Amino acid sequence: MSLRAEAHRPSPEGRLLELEIPSDIGCIERVVEAVRHECEQVQFSERLVALNVRVALAEALSNAILRGNRERDDAFVRVRAQVDATMIVLEVADEGVGFDLDACTVDPTAPERLDAEDGRGLFLMRRLMHRVERFDVQGRSVIRMTLFRE
Amino acid sequence: MSFTITKQGDVSIVEVDGQLIVGNRQELKHKVLEALEGGARKFLIDFAKTGYIDSSGLGVLVSLSKKIREQGGELRLAELNEDLRTLFELTKLDTLFQIADSRANAMASL
Repeated sequence: MSLRAEAHRPSPEGRLLELEIPSDIGCIERVVEAVRHECEQVQFSERLVALNVRVALAEALSNAILRGNRERDDAFVRVRAQVDATMIVLEVADEGVGFDLDACTVDPTAPERLDAEDGRGLFLMRRLMHRVERFDVQGRSVIRMTLFRE
Repeated sequence: MSFTITKQGDVSIVEVDGQLIVGNRQELKHKVLEALEGGARKFLIDFAKTGYIDSSGLGVLVSLSKKIREQGGELRLAELNEDLRTLFELTKLDTLFQIADSRANAMASL
């Protein structure tokens, strides 16, 4: 498992981490840990990092690798994490065709969906982050998630 | 990240060391199903050493719960930290699973 490119550089506002990883779910944990480390550097809320940031980021990476890039060897996922003491903005970009975020309204907590094995990813991202957006940039589908410190 | 299954009486205790996520969920599923096929019917999954669980991890727990029930077995979850409890509450899976505060309480209920 390797990260194709990696760059840490502190910005005036906080920390910025940019990564590009292969479409391999084995890379998810390493990216989550790298982002967690950046959050630690600016004393971002440990509680929010332990649950909200880690789970939401893992979900976004999983979606990008499995659904966006369909685990293609020649497709990569770009991750951008900007964090300061007050907020974190995470962007995960894949090479897929994108999807209509607003149309994804499945409620996995509905009684008839409760024992379904899938369908909780986007739900968790929305519940754990303050804002979730999707847009396209230069042929890439980007999920941007923003979380403010409480 | 690893999963170990030990036997205590007729209860199979599964320890989840690390994360339970998309990258390793199949390993957990395989180990529990293997024990189920081997005749085990009472399962306790201990999350004392678990960092976090993603939606795939939750999904595999739902799947295992169904398969264990289909075989007439029982499943208990135990030792979830505050974050993991929050995750189960957010998804309302706390209403689907029998969750005990401690391994001892889970054992006592099996």
